[in-house]
Amino acid sequence: MSVFLASTQIFPLPAEWVSFFYIICSALFIFGIKMLGKVQTAARGNTVSAVGMALAVIVTILDRQVFGAGKEAFLWLGVALAIGAAIGMLIAKKVKMTAMPEMVALLNGFGGLASFLVAWAEYARALGYPSIAQYLADNAAFNAGFFAVSTSLAVFIGGITFTGSVLAFLKLGEFVSGRPFLFPAQKLINLLLFVACVAGTVIFALNPEGAYAREIFYALMAISLLLGFTIVLPIGGGDMPVVISLLNSLSGMAACAAGFILMNNVLIVAGTLVGASGIVLTVIMAKAMNRSIGNILFSGFGAQGGAASKQSGGELKPISLEDAYYILESANNVVFIPGYGMAVAQAQHAVKELAGILEDNGAQVRFAIHPVAGRMPGHMNVLLAEADVPYEQLWEMAKINPTMPQVDVAIVIGANDVVNPAAADDPASPIYGMPIIKANEAKTVIVLKRGKGTGFSGLENQLFVLAHTRMLYGDAKNTLTQLVAQFKE
Amino acid sequence: MSAVTLLLLFFIFVLSAFLGFELINKVPSQLHTPLMSGTNAISGIAIVGAIVCVVLPPGSLSMILGFLAVVLATINVVGGYMVTNRMLCMFKDKKGGK
Repeated sequence: MSVFLASTQIFPLPAEWVSFFYIICSALFIFGIKMLGKVQTAARGNTVSAVGMALAVIVTILDRQVFGAGKEAFLWLGVALAIGAAIGMLIAKKVKMTAMPEMVALLNGFGGLASFLVAWAEYARALGYPSIAQYLADNAAFNAGFFAVSTSLAVFIGGITFTGSVLAFLKLGEFVSGRPFLFPAQKLINLLLFVACVAGTVIFALNPEGAYAREIFYALMAISLLLGFTIVLPIGGGDMPVVISLLNSLSGMAACAAGFILMNNVLIVAGTLVGASGIVLTVIMAKAMNRSIGNILFSGFGAQGGAASKQSGGELKPISLEDAYYILESANNVVFIPGYGMAVAQAQHAVKELAGILEDNGAQVRFAIHPVAGRMPGHMNVLLAEADVPYEQLWEMAKINPTMPQVDVAIVIGANDVVNPAAADDPASPIYGMPIIKANEAKTVIVLKRGKGTGFSGLENQLFVLAHTRMLYGDAKNTLTQLVAQFKE
Repeated sequence: MSAVTLLLLFFIFVLSAFLGFELINKVPSQLHTPLMSGTNAISGIAIVGAIVCVVLPPGSLSMILGFLAVVLATINVVGGYMVTNRMLCMFKDKKGGK
């Protein structure tokens, strides 16, 4: 190989060898993501991409410029890596499966902040030179305008990703209320902040060494951080699957922008792959709600929705535990429809137990999974997998809906909007047009619910007042455990 | 750096974007969470840029920012891969058990 490359001495690694190894890393990331998309290969895919990441880190450390930095610099690098690895391991080991959405949001925020800081550090380094031109010449960068644009973009996207993810983390972990929070002139303020960022970037790029260039850059950092916060503030819990996957995509784009500052090919490839695949997932989620991404980001959905939709007017019919037991006991075909409430009540193990007993009792048991049930893409699958529910019992919405009329009992556990028939037949409803699981077509519907209040979106659910629907109030886990006990008697 | 080299970087940027769109077509919903947290770990690639900054002269602003960036990116990378692996093992165990 060295025949083709300029330098014959390969340790510490010269720049061309670093680039060569980065190509291998990029290939490993691509294979890794591809394999993550198939059930059989997903676990290996994750390992492949982790190997790519480890290689990228090792190669970077062995880079001639990094390696020659001296003992003290290496000590700091080691300390930083050790602290990060220890914290990362600790939270990955300790986190509960029910806390997965906020965990993903937090990690994502850290990634965004890292890109933000890298951009800031490079700008601070450039300021250390007598002139930006000198910095550009010493670092083989392209030109000052390009440097300014990529620095601004990394700060802008990274900043939004960080504060947006942290607020999503706080909302999902219920450290703050998950309900949409609207403030006056919200859209106008967000628009102004966005315009300010674009204008700041343009002014900065046109004259990176101008009189107020430094101040403009710092203002840009502050506004980006503020904007991430104000964008996520009005978004309600039900829309979180879309927001989380969008933030995930943004963290990749921030890394890509940082790659253009450093002219680093692996940063660009890996960041762009994450950015693009994140957009695909975001669109899948938005489609599952029949809404556009813009609508989700800017509408503050659910804040006033309840009043706009027609009142269902029907009566909620509670049912006792014993009666629910008799209904289930004689059922041959049962479908569980889990939602975020199952995650909150941590009821997945109790659900699995009841499902096992119903199967022993001779019933066919299935789980209907709505793509946006819960607070992140695939949330229900993760919880049910944790409880050892066999994969064959998990049915996707499109597959289970045609079979719903044959279902004896549909048990809705903490799901609301994803089974609301208003989405299909009430054009006035804010969720009209969203594909739902047709629980209403089952012969009997039992709804497990904490209390009589409306769900997360604040909408009345017409399913709950149908003639063949019964409400079983109480903590889902508790109720299910008691049902299991009834069967065992 | 010449304009040609820069355009080459844009070239790989555009190709990567198309590749990213194509790679995860038709992913079963079961894998949505692992896919998200797995790609999230990859976005920790910012660690490479952070390492370049942390070895700058100790005590300089760039080095301090780089230090923080390395810590954060490492949390993202290590936490992301481990948590994804934990989830995927759950899927796998269940299969093996059946």
